[in-house]
Amino acid sequence: MAIATEIALKVGEAGRSGSGVRSDLHVLVEPRDSGGVEIALESRVGLYYGDSILQQTRDVLEQLEVQDARVSIHDEGALPFVISARIETAVKRAGLGNGKMTIPERLALPSSSARDRLRRSRLYLPGNEPKYFINAALHRPDAIILDLEDSVHAAEKDAARILVRNTLRAVDFGGCERMVRINQLPLALTDLEAVIPESPDLILLPKTERAEQIIEVDCFITELKSKLRMDRPTWILPILESAQGIENAFAIATASPNAVGLTIGLEDYTADLGVVKTIEGRESLYARSRLVNAARAAGIQAIDSVFGDVADLDGLRRWGENSRALGFDGMGCIHPSQIEFIHNAFAPSTLEIEKALRIVAAFNDAQQRGLGVVSLGSKMIDPPVVERAKKLVAYAKATGAPL
Amino acid sequence: MATIHEPVVERTELIQNAAGRLVPSLANGRVQIPYLGVGQYRPQGNKAAPPVRSSSEYPENGDKRVSDLETALRACGLSDGMVISSHHHLRDGDAVALMTLNAVSRLGARDLTWFPSASFPSQKSAIELMEKGVIHHIEGSMNGPLGDYCTQGKMRGMGVLRSHGGRWQAIQDGDVHIDIAVIAAPTADSFGNADGSHGKSACGSLGFALADSLYADRVIVVTDNLVPFPCIPWQIQGNNVDYVVQVDSIGDPSKIVSGTTQITHSPDRLRIAEFVARFLRDAGIMRDGFSFQAGAGGIALAFVDYLRRMMKEVGVKARFVRGGSTKYLVELLQEGLTDYILDGQTFDLDGVRSIACDPRHVATSPFTSYNFHGKGNFASMIDAVVLGATEVDVNFNANVVTHSDGRLLHGIGGWQNCLAAGCTILALPSFRDRIPVIVDEVTTLTGPGELIDVVATERGIAINPLRQDLLDAVKGSNLPIRPIHDIKAEVERICGGKPSRPKHADRPVAVVKWVDGTVLDTVWQIG
Repeated sequence: MAIATEIALKVGEAGRSGSGVRSDLHVLVEPRDSGGVEIALESRVGLYYGDSILQQTRDVLEQLEVQDARVSIHDEGALPFVISARIETAVKRAGLGNGKMTIPERLALPSSSARDRLRRSRLYLPGNEPKYFINAALHRPDAIILDLEDSVHAAEKDAARILVRNTLRAVDFGGCERMVRINQLPLALTDLEAVIPESPDLILLPKTERAEQIIEVDCFITELKSKLRMDRPTWILPILESAQGIENAFAIATASPNAVGLTIGLEDYTADLGVVKTIEGRESLYARSRLVNAARAAGIQAIDSVFGDVADLDGLRRWGENSRALGFDGMGCIHPSQIEFIHNAFAPSTLEIEKALRIVAAFNDAQQRGLGVVSLGSKMIDPPVVERAKKLVAYAKATGAPL
Repeated sequence: MATIHEPVVERTELIQNAAGRLVPSLANGRVQIPYLGVGQYRPQGNKAAPPVRSSSEYPENGDKRVSDLETALRACGLSDGMVISSHHHLRDGDAVALMTLNAVSRLGARDLTWFPSASFPSQKSAIELMEKGVIHHIEGSMNGPLGDYCTQGKMRGMGVLRSHGGRWQAIQDGDVHIDIAVIAAPTADSFGNADGSHGKSACGSLGFALADSLYADRVIVVTDNLVPFPCIPWQIQGNNVDYVVQVDSIGDPSKIVSGTTQITHSPDRLRIAEFVARFLRDAGIMRDGFSFQAGAGGIALAFVDYLRRMMKEVGVKARFVRGGSTKYLVELLQEGLTDYILDGQTFDLDGVRSIACDPRHVATSPFTSYNFHGKGNFASMIDAVVLGATEVDVNFNANVVTHSDGRLLHGIGGWQNCLAAGCTILALPSFRDRIPVIVDEVTTLTGPGELIDVVATERGIAINPLRQDLLDAVKGSNLPIRPIHDIKAEVERICGGKPSRPKHADRPVAVVKWVDGTVLDTVWQIG
């Protein structure tokens, strides 16, 4: 199996092939001084798409202004947007391409996302692993996250950036919010240059510790967008992953009007604290509560960490229910099987909904009768209780719960 | 000496059958009837019968043991050109078929027809026997190296692919006359009574061998677990058996049954399985007293698991389920969610244990379940069946025997027979490795679209427009019901256009029989 991330990354190589690899390809571009372009193709789907892959390869090389090179491709059934991303990466790694890029045809852009939309579940997709992209939205998370950070090897950042860029253009994520987790500053800026033109709905900034970092990212995005004459909102979701980040939670939450929430990364946070991460999460209770408080104070969403054990769906349900009880609006997920459990954990119970509906009805009734005081049976209902009931009904409606 | 493996090009005409497919008029010298349409072909006359035997020809003490397989074969009158049958209830762990064919080779017989109920990759050394001229051709499913040997046009005769029910039908109609049947038995007595549910090589049901035991000229039982008479239960009756051979091992138990059958972990495939279960529930098929059949593939197993949960939620139970039995069907039985398992073959250890000790878990045969020339069969009495396929076209015609490049991939198994169910559902990913599964025209027609009701993919569920009742039944459910053209167009967009169609040569290398013995389609030489 050829893995580009292995120690000796040969110049001009990109992607992976081999028996365990699916939906990817391995490309080797060897520049030469003359002789034109010569392509050797081996493909798992050669009988069906061999001609199409050869044609695409020639087109991509032409766009990248590659005139003389030997190109060898081992294809494992990669889709067209992956093929062009891998060839572009290999060409650039070979020192060719004249700074050009080759981008797939863009699907119709979905409408932009509302700042307070539902963000119960966000499915992480490793940014350099193309096989997960196409079907991710079928599992109906509220958002997908194309990850350029921890799931991508340091030597593959360039490849992932190009692949994620193409993915944002060519893959239909349905009703999911399209998020990208970029790297920490300063690499973050290179990532943004690649992805912002493709209109991601939201950028996750990892290991945020200070408000200035958010301001830098926000300004950079604004600059890029004004150059590109783009006016779609690009929301920011800072990830707090250290004691310092938690201490600065409120300042971070209020650093930019584009920050729509705060979220926490518990692996790094517990490591920073020097404690063991447990399934009960007692060691992070303070941090999580403080984050919720800061987010609420800033009027934005609070979103919990991921639950790392994919096999423990019972543990996930308990964690999710506890998260909701602490005031979180959602959490991350690392496998599609977690989505349904998270949505259930964050759904108000039938009892809660019924009670809220009764309170809202009582409020409407009082309004109609011109009464200042809302009462339900023998109990007087305070205005904040009415507010909470209204929010809960709206939330239940948004999640599609039967009312 | 002439090179023996030079293929004999049969003088055959190609005829267009009722499905519009070109099929040969002759296969291995026998006249073939082209497919006439579902339920159209009704042959007259009587069934075949084995020769009359008298009990005075057999030992009075019932002891039919002989020292080894060669002795038994010689005693059966083995000669050139005979038809020798074997069975796949030991699956990839079977040692008896090759043991038999090698014994035949040592005895110097040539030009045999090997008639397995299915062949497996572990039997690839049969290729050497074909090269040496011992085997003339195989009538039975071929895949892996044997499938390639056939599709590359190297086999001297034509492959004949039949369903499990079609194999029974071919035997009893006299289409195939078995000279010697060799039956691998996990337990047997010296009279020839045989059972598959006990012994170190236990495999569950022996149903695939039953027709052979009834119709073959001679029957040999080979066992590695000889018990004193009587062997109880007797799935194969000793009264039909000529000789019993004791050997050290009839196969590799680890390949006979899997420890546990594996449910799929792929979220996309789980989604398909869940769609199928929800479809049965929402269409009202899942109701008290219903019945269904599902195989041992990853999606089918996950489907059973989802359905089980829904049955509990709704509070209904099935009257019977049909296997391929697995742990998941056994759980239904144990939890009281079905009254019976009617079992055609047993896939895992839980299935084997259950069939051995639970009287509600019953061994069946292709006769009871599938045989088209019987007075009915169970397949058409099932409410729903969940199957796989390699390709399906926009008219719901499906292919299960070849890859989309025309290479032999699977046997037909019970697949064709199962299409008779009240609701036939194909559960498939919409593309595999960039290759769309929904196509304009299937490579090899294995099942007519008029019998295929639902195609469930991860991108939505297509219902055959012929089944307005099903379309009505799920109206108002929140299942993603979509026209098949719609799913096809989406997948072609994802995959970057329609795939090109591989070319095949003009020479037929195998025929695909329909359940009634007519020829539904042709497998062509590749390249």
